[in-house]
This record gives sequence, C-alpha cells and structure tokens, in this order.
Amino acid sequence: MRTDFAFVGVMIVSAALLMGVTLLAASFLRPKKPNTAKLSTYECGMETVGDTWVQFRVNYYILALVFVLFDIEAILLFPIAVAFNALPLFAVLNVVLFILVLLAALLYAWRKGALDWE
Amino acid sequence: MDAITNLLKIISDFVAELIRSVLGFSPLLAELVTMGIAAVVLITFAALSFMGLTYVERKVVARIQDRLGPNQAGPFGLLQPLADGIKMFTKEDTTPATADRWVYNAAPLVIAVFALATYAVIPFAPGVVGTNLNVGVFYVLAIGSGSIVAILMAGWGSNNKYALLGAFRTVAQLIGYEVPMLLNVLTVVLVTGSMSLIDIINHQTLADGNPGIPHILMLPLPALVFLISGIAETGRSPFDLLEAESEIVAGFHTEYSGMKFALFFLGEYVNALAVSFVFSTLFLGGYAGPILPPYVWILLKAALVFFVFMWLRGTLPRVRIDQMHALNWKFLVPMSTVNLVLVMLVLKLFPTSESAAQAFGGLLVTPWVQTIILAAVNLGVLFTALTLAARAARRFRQAEEEMIMRRRAANLAAAKA
Repeated sequence: MRTDFAFVGVMIVSAALLMGVTLLAASFLRPKKPNTAKLSTYECGMETVGDTWVQFRVNYYILALVFVLFDIEAILLFPIAVAFNALPLFAVLNVVLFILVLLAALLYAWRKGALDWE
Repeated sequence: MDAITNLLKIISDFVAELIRSVLGFSPLLAELVTMGIAAVVLITFAALSFMGLTYVERKVVARIQDRLGPNQAGPFGLLQPLADGIKMFTKEDTTPATADRWVYNAAPLVIAVFALATYAVIPFAPGVVGTNLNVGVFYVLAIGSGSIVAILMAGWGSNNKYALLGAFRTVAQLIGYEVPMLLNVLTVVLVTGSMSLIDIINHQTLADGNPGIPHILMLPLPALVFLISGIAETGRSPFDLLEAESEIVAGFHTEYSGMKFALFFLGEYVNALAVSFVFSTLFLGGYAGPILPPYVWILLKAALVFFVFMWLRGTLPRVRIDQMHALNWKFLVPMSTVNLVLVMLVLKLFPTSESAAQAFGGLLVTPWVQTIILAAVNLGVLFTALTLAARAARRFRQAEEEMIMRRRAANLAAAKA
C-alpha cells in the first residue's frame, strides 16, 4: 500500500526532473536576443490597452458551482460503487433517491438558465 | 512461446533482480532505484510515442483531407518529428515583459508532469504495471484534472487577453466534461466492484486468461460518452475550443514558444494517448486477447482508439462554444445520470452471483444474460435521449422560423404603409 503510492511520487519527481532538464538544455541551445518589441504582449500588432486581469462574468461561477455539486456527488458514489455487491436493496434505493435529488437540482439550474453560455 | 508472451515481465524481473544483487546492502535504496528506472522507462515510452504520434496524426489527417502530409524530412517524412524537435530546441524563447514570470514558466512543466504521471497506473501486461493502485481509475481522473490548473496558470501568467480568455474557456470546458466522464467511469466501477485497473481487466477476462465479455458490450452508452468526454477533456478537435485560432489566436498558449510550447504539445498528446489506454482498459478488455502477446494487444487497442480520435479530428468541424456546453450539461450529464441509476437497479435485480441473489433477492442470471439486459437498457436510454433531443431541436427551430416569418410580415406591412 505504502510502496504503491511511493511509485507515484517517484514518477512525478522523475517526470519533473526529465522535463526540467529538457527546458534547461533548450535554454543553452537557443539564441537570446530580446528587445522591447519582442517582449511586448501579443495582440495582433496593436498596443494592448487596459488591464488584462479583469473580473469575469458571474454566470461562469454558477456553472463552476454546478460542477462542484456533481464532482462531490461522484466522490461520494465511488466508495458506494466499490461496495455495491454487499449493499441491500434498501440502501441502493437510498442511493438512487440521492442521485434523483441531484438530477432535480440540475433541472432546476437548467430552468433558471444557469447552464446557458452567453 | 511463453518467453515471448511474458517478455516485458521477464525483462522487468531481471532488471529488478540485477539491482537487488548490486545494491544488496540496502533494500530501500534498491527499491527506490528500481522504481526510478521504471518511471524513466514509462516517461521515455510516453515521450517517444508523442513524437511518433505527431507524425502519424499529421499523415492520417492529411490523407483524410486529400493531402500528402509531411514528406520532406527523410523517407516518407519519417524524420519530421526529429526535425520538429531540433527546431523547438533551438527556437528563441520570449517571455512577455509584463508576464507573471514564476507562474508563466512553471505552467508547461506542470502540464507535462501531470500528463506523464497518468502512466504510473496503466497496465501493459500481466504483472507489468507501474503500480497497481487500489484506486487506479480515481487516480487517473484526479491526476487528469491537474492540467486544468496548468492551463489556468498559463493563461493568467501570460498577462495576455487572448490567453486569459482561452484559459477561462478551457477551464469551463474541462471541468464540465469531467462530470459525464466521472459518471460513466462509475458505471464500470459498479459492474466490477473495484477501482483497480487490474481488477477491471480481470473482470473482462475468463479464468484461463482468454478474453471474456468486454465492458463495451455490457455498457455501450458509458463507452460512447467516455469517448466523447475524453476527446473534450484532452481538448482535441471537434472540441478544440481552447485553441480556436479564428477567435482567440491560440488560446492559453498564445505567448509560448520554443521548448515551453513543445511541453504543452507533449501534454496534449500524452493525455490523449493516456485516454486511449484507459478506454482500452475500461471497455475493451485491456491486455487480454488471444494468440498475440498481451503488450501487443493493449498497444493495438490503444492505437485503434487513437485512430478514432484522429478520424474524428479529420472529419468534424469545430463546435460552437454554446453548443459544446449544451451538449455536455443538457444532454450527456442528464443521460449519464439516468443511465447510472438504471444500471444500479439492473445489477441489483439481476445479479450473477448466487450469494447476492440469496441475500438480497433478485433473479439469478448468467453473465451473458446480464450483459444483454444491461446493453438493452443502455441503448434504450440512448435512444430516448436522442429522441427527446431531436424533438427539442425541432421545437427550437420552428420557434425561430416563426419569429423570422413574423418579422418579415411586419416589414412588409411597414413598407406598404
């Protein structure tokens, strides 16, 4: 169990090292002649106007909230799915009810227009 | 024959034994070195297949579009990936003066690392797997969402309007399509009763090692939805809204060039290949197959799935962003949820194991009968959902036509007066 996850750590560290080495090697090989025009922000040849880091519209965050709802649902359902064979029918009906409540929530969000883009 | 079948297993055992004999004084160190070598082999495999896939994809898409594709570097253009690599290595790398340097430089590294980390759990042959996590599927999904963070980092760090817009769009798309993916992986876990990828393959294999019932027959709808959301998750055409050139230049990687851009590209391809591997494992029976050795089977299956990706890319036009969100939230998610509930009920009402039938009631059936019932329910849900969607689309179209007619009549009346 412990060694199972140790490999994930080894994998992430070696991936980071190998990719880091590639980036480092490229930094020695490539030319480096910066100038102001080259380092300006790309915007189809024009000077960029105003601040980039602006607020995004609120509808976007509602969509994200619906996502969080379903993500948490899935996290709750994964252990249930693993233990599914040992569950009595009554427990399964409870789970089904739980999912149906979520489905109703999705339909509500749909009705309210939270799922529409623009 | 046996040696060929277990070739990968024999080699990996030999290397592990060799390291153990050399570093015998410290078992912990030996274990770490073995893991390190395995990790480097997996990463090299992923990186090399990335190079090969860029060539194959360009050739295949070119053929679909009646072009030749790369044909200058080497015979049949085979050295094209190498030429691209040299170009990427020696290209000047510019960092915009206004960029958030740390975030900007870390983003490509993060996306590549997360993409490569997926390969830790993919089984290539019996006993040949980076690590058999008991939460394998969950790990794949969790590590897959790491790329969302990287893309947001890239978009934010570039301090470029196109990049930030692209990143916001991408995040909305990736988190959205994660929901149907999760729900449909859940059905596979339900049928199997385990999240380990090895157990999922064993469930599709008979006791003597021959292929049993692949999950694609049992769960055709989850397989289809997983494929669609897999394409969307890796940001490939027709869901490549993250880099819609006609709208937002190149999306979140507008400001990147040289090796950093190459790492984004690597992340995309490695992720797409990982999705093909996971699809083959979840639905096509993984490495199980007759005659040929297991590692050939898994590669063939993954290649087939990847070919479908390329085929779709060459055939379909890019979808509009509101259509993309509507397809996800108003079609795939409700359909998958209903399907999940029905699969749960079918598994309880028609169990295949005698103990479950005795303990909780339900009709005892053979695996094949259960497969047929599940497939019928799946296809029924799909058919109903498609009918409802078609009806809704027709209503929508009629309403729009009526509005146009009314406006035309009003214009005519105005012209007369």
